[in-house]
Amino acid sequence: MKALKLPQLTGWRPIAITLILAGALAAVARFTLGLGATTNLSDEFPWGLWIGFDFLGIGLAASGFTIVAAVHLFHADEYEPIVRPAILTAFIGYLLVVLVLIIDLGRPDHFWHPLVMWNPHSVMCEISWCLMLYTTVLSLEFAPIILEKFHIHSPIKWIHAVSLPFMIFGVLLSTLHQSSFGSLYLIVPNRLHALWYTPLLPVLFFISCIASGLSMIVLELLIFSRDGRPFLPTRLRANLAKAIALTLAVYFVVRIQDLLSRGGFRDMTTLTYYSVAFWAELLIGFVIPFALLLFEKLRTSPAGLYSATLMVVLGFAFNRMNTAITGLEQYPSQTYFPSIIEIFIMLGVTACGFCAFSFIAEYLPIFRVEETGTSPHHEALSGEQEPLVESPECEELRPSQVGPISHAPLHGG
Amino acid sequence: MPNKKAMLIDISLCVGCNACQAACKEENGLPPREEKNLSLTAYTALNKYNDLYVRRMCQHCDVPTCVSVCPVGALTKSSAGPVSYDGEKCIGCRYCLQACPFHVPKYEWSSTKPSIRKCKFCPGRIAKGLPTACAEACPTGATIFGDRDTLLGEATRRINAEPEKYVTRIYGDLDVGGTSMLFLSPVPFEQLGFDSRLGKIPMPMLTMSALSKVPNVLSVGGVLLAGIWWITNRRSEVQAHESALKNGKLPQQEDEA
Repeated sequence: MKALKLPQLTGWRPIAITLILAGALAAVARFTLGLGATTNLSDEFPWGLWIGFDFLGIGLAASGFTIVAAVHLFHADEYEPIVRPAILTAFIGYLLVVLVLIIDLGRPDHFWHPLVMWNPHSVMCEISWCLMLYTTVLSLEFAPIILEKFHIHSPIKWIHAVSLPFMIFGVLLSTLHQSSFGSLYLIVPNRLHALWYTPLLPVLFFISCIASGLSMIVLELLIFSRDGRPFLPTRLRANLAKAIALTLAVYFVVRIQDLLSRGGFRDMTTLTYYSVAFWAELLIGFVIPFALLLFEKLRTSPAGLYSATLMVVLGFAFNRMNTAITGLEQYPSQTYFPSIIEIFIMLGVTACGFCAFSFIAEYLPIFRVEETGTSPHHEALSGEQEPLVESPECEELRPSQVGPISHAPLHGG
Repeated sequence: MPNKKAMLIDISLCVGCNACQAACKEENGLPPREEKNLSLTAYTALNKYNDLYVRRMCQHCDVPTCVSVCPVGALTKSSAGPVSYDGEKCIGCRYCLQACPFHVPKYEWSSTKPSIRKCKFCPGRIAKGLPTACAEACPTGATIFGDRDTLLGEATRRINAEPEKYVTRIYGDLDVGGTSMLFLSPVPFEQLGFDSRLGKIPMPMLTMSALSKVPNVLSVGGVLLAGIWWITNRRSEVQAHESALKNGKLPQQEDEA
């Protein structure tokens, strides 16, 4: 169980620190001067870049529930090596989104009100509950990684005893709030442009988050195995790519079919501000990556996979920003462009996320490469399924055990 | 509901004197200057369309969108009619601004402890049995206050009495599920800035179609996931057991692959 050596990205650190400092200054300005002086939000455009960022962050963190469901609930055990990166991605993603939500609230000091003041008719209320509960589930799923590092084993045993219902609960919560971000806009048929408004918004949000979450995790795999040590065999990585392609296809068919059935052909085919944004998001995020991922050669090549998944993530970002901003603009009379402070806060928070991820990936056992001759299953069983109290023992036993029953050739990539 | 209050605004009677806004500002302690649009300091305003004046203010919907979207229940609908706001509960998510089909709530953007502001439907006056400030001030009877049922009857009577003067529609009778503000107009409402896309179904129904599935997702989803876990877990156990038998060993974890 050896930590993967991370590539040193020179120049990234000063940039990240600058962005974080600028973001912190922008946040100070936002809290001291108020939203009106620091953002371009208005009565006509009460939600802007930050809401788009929340959609984006939650969607890209979706691997946290899909991978956990695949490995721990559906027993696709061979994907065990990406469970921890997925949980870490989700955990950081959700914390950042909660942070941005609090910055976005007009009364951040009242952020706890949804806990005690309920309105069951409000999607926003459901989302705040789901976010809070799921972040709790994620912290439980993440805790063993930290506890393991510091050799505190008794709480891990306790967490594992209750992990199954919690994992199921986490997957359900994710299903609910990933789709509910789309449901937020069900109530504005008169405002959101017809190219984005549909009663199927929650369904579409859910389908697309699966593709974007998986793409994000594939991107991380590729970036963190740059020094030539893949910790997920190429065959399995290509399988993830297949799953992404399938999801993209389902999304595209549902979206286009729904639009056509509700008479959207004219909107789609007339050249407007909106149709350009619409096709940009669909081509970049769905059509082109789907076409790329059809080729076995591209699914197995890091460069091919890298470009395809990067496009999915970009197109996904485009889609969420279009839903949150472009679709609500009344072009050209009423448009919105974020203020410099909104942008800096978003960049600063993003940089925080990247720093936290690379820091944690460096110092905690997140990306683990199997040493020669060790089956990934060992890791799966000793790391996650079995109470970790036994793991030191397993570690000691391994060198003598692994000889005769090596599975490495099976998973070799 | 017998005592549900409403206002009937007959656009053909309005002369644009702005007395309603002046009275509203006095009632709510707002700066008295004349304003053409709804704002933090104008809870009602007159929009001019050719020679017609249309009052804008909170519609105090029967099934209010803002009340349904507010995550903390800071907005409430009282049985007498008013949709009231409690700034002490509000978290400032601004979903009400986003969702209101009439673009009514205005936000204190420049404040560091912002609230929303909008027409309150003079709940204090209603409780005392008085008409709203604007209705009391209206010199031509373009805005009258009363029980909703009575006002609907009066509106129908006016349309029937002079069918050539009015379009055959009471805006607010059924629109978005019915509102406390009822409008009569001599020209089609679409020409006066009324949104023709809103329909008669209350907007919160659009959300409820999705939200009502939450209990199903939780129960069916929970059982489904637990079932899949049980089946796939059983399969792994059986496989482990069989491969252990094949190797002539007792089942052990490392043989599970």
